[in-house]
Amino acid sequence: MTTIDGIDNGVNVQALLDAREALKGAPEAAQFTWRSTTRWENGVHSTTTVRNFFGLGAEQTHKAESTFTADHPEVFAAEDHGITPIEYLLVGLGSCLAAGVASVAQNRGIQLRSVEATLEGAHDIRGILGADSDVRNGFNGVKVTFNIDADASREDIEALVAQSQKRSAVFDALTNPTDVTVEVA
Amino acid sequence: MERTTTVVVGAGHAGLAASHFLSERAIDHVVLERGDVANSWRRERWDSLRLLTPNWQSRLPGQPYDGSDPDGYMAMGEVVELIDRFAARTRAPVRTGTTVTSLRRTDDGYHVRTDQGEIACRTVVLASGACNRPSVPRLSEAVPGTVEQVTPFDYRGPDQLPDGGVLVVGASATGVQLAAELRRSGRPVILSTGEHVRMPRTYRGRDVLWWMDASGVWDQRHDEVPDLPRARRLGSPQLAGTPDRTSLDLNALTATGVELVGRSAAVRDGEMLFSGGLRAVVSLADLKMDRLLNTFDAWAATTGTDDEVKPAERFEPTRVPSATRLRLDLRGGEVATVVWATGFRPDYTWLDVPVVDEKGHLNHDGGVVLDSPGLYALGLPVLRRRKSTFIHGIEDDAREVVDHLSGHLARRH
Ligand SMILES: Cc1cc2nc3c(=O)[nH]c(=O)nc-3n(C[C@H](O)[C@H](O)[C@H](O)COP(=O)(O)OP(=O)(O)OC[C@H]3O[C@@H](n4cnc5c(N)ncnc54)[C@H](O)[C@@H]3O)c2cc1C
Repeated sequence: MTTIDGIDNGVNVQALLDAREALKGAPEAAQFTWRSTTRWENGVHSTTTVRNFFGLGAEQTHKAESTFTADHPEVFAAEDHGITPIEYLLVGLGSCLAAGVASVAQNRGIQLRSVEATLEGAHDIRGILGADSDVRNGFNGVKVTFNIDADASREDIEALVAQSQKRSAVFDALTNPTDVTVEVA
Repeated sequence: MERTTTVVVGAGHAGLAASHFLSERAIDHVVLERGDVANSWRRERWDSLRLLTPNWQSRLPGQPYDGSDPDGYMAMGEVVELIDRFAARTRAPVRTGTTVTSLRRTDDGYHVRTDQGEIACRTVVLASGACNRPSVPRLSEAVPGTVEQVTPFDYRGPDQLPDGGVLVVGASATGVQLAAELRRSGRPVILSTGEHVRMPRTYRGRDVLWWMDASGVWDQRHDEVPDLPRARRLGSPQLAGTPDRTSLDLNALTATGVELVGRSAAVRDGEMLFSGGLRAVVSLADLKMDRLLNTFDAWAATTGTDDEVKPAERFEPTRVPSATRLRLDLRGGEVATVVWATGFRPDYTWLDVPVVDEKGHLNHDGGVVLDSPGLYALGLPVLRRRKSTFIHGIEDDAREVVDHLSGHLARRH
């Protein structure tokens, strides 16, 4: 594992920096496709599996298949077999920002002891219920609060968090519009 | 065919500084200029523009500022006069009205084709400018035709724009200056803000650019800058040269009623969609400004300069509205004009030498063009130092680049 001055957050920064250099001259290899397959179970309950993806010019496979259950809570008159789909957005954003914090900290030689992000998505469900056409379906706003214990000043920690947003795939996907195509095969 | 040792392309301050050092070394050369000396300042700037660098920094090799207002900021006429004076004093062999239309390699140098004839030479200095074209993002193509679109090259002043609201895209020096001017003209102004560089106009009683100069930040060399590609992409700081020396950061704009929104991300169905990441770019800019001010403070403490300046200060964090707008209907009439203050790029379409990468940047190391011996560049961002694109930054770069060029000539013959 990479260590800079004995700092180890478990991120192999050198490998990432090497990849950045290597991919500069090979944009084709940098083209990834992430995939998931969702199967409807019953009601608003579904199961999604993730196993394969494409990248570095070839088909790739995760070490193991992951399975995610989505449903809605009982207050929605559902069976609550799992979290709601929109909560998966919080899962994605929180884990992406945390990964970013760890990577940036490693690169800047900051030892982390603990990182915890609490996410809150404000959601007016009148949108999805069609109760008010002026209310959007998605989040009205997302708030992320980090609690970080590290060998660093508050200023440096704020800089870590700022930089992690700058390089976050999910932060970008949530804050910027994305072209989405939905078709029937 | 006409022969000379060196052809300099462009008679802005960079080309003229190259000419100065070439003359000093008695290297035979001509400076080819498609328009007049200082053409960019004459034709490609808006009416109210003043330099954001203070007068005492408007110095060129052998020509310090000798006016009566060292802390002021030059208007465009004064900049043209400054560069004209330099050209005359150095007796630069400038040929105005001569456009270079093609540059090709030959066995022993370069073949320069112009609209006034052809020249063979052994070395070439590209001083044709880093800002030949406004760079406008592709999404502009989807802006409805009912909305007027202008770039800083078309823009002269508020009177020229139709009545109604303006969306200014980009919050570097150009964007904040135009947003302020358009707001003063009474128009509603929305400023779309991506990554930006915040700076106070004065810090501890001195011009912030005095600090950049004195503390050595501006002298940092290209081979010492940690992330050079990033440093070369960096936008200009949010500064304006106004007589009252006030800061023109986002807080100042908000106070005049300018509305802040995130980066312009896409146009869809006639609506401009803005990023929801405004708070992130703003806090990055605040953090970076504080880091820069820390550098200044540390320099002042170690050099014993603390007594000559006012006490350290910190500035209010940038205020971001609790909810920023994510979309703007461009067909609704709220906005009559979009101003693209999204930066500038060089134009190398006339360069028939394969030295430009897929993004349109010249491949060079400190102004020595890679894989094309005898070809040099000046005036590009962080060419050899952080100050490279500024008027006062040209002296060191031009001297060193001409040193290299002269070494090249000596090696070959
Ligand atoms: C809006 C703006 C504000 C700025 N404010 C400041 C400031 O406050 N302080 C500061 O220090 N710097 C400032 N700069 C940066 C810099 O000083 C200017 O960009 C300056 O013009 C750069 O000088 P240059 O000689 O490198 O290029 P230019 O001044 O652009 O000169 C290049 C010359 O080459 C000529 N040319 C180009 N192509 C050809 C060709 N094919 N054939 C013949 N001739 C050609 C052009 O006509 C032009 O005269 C500013 C830049 C901009 C865009």
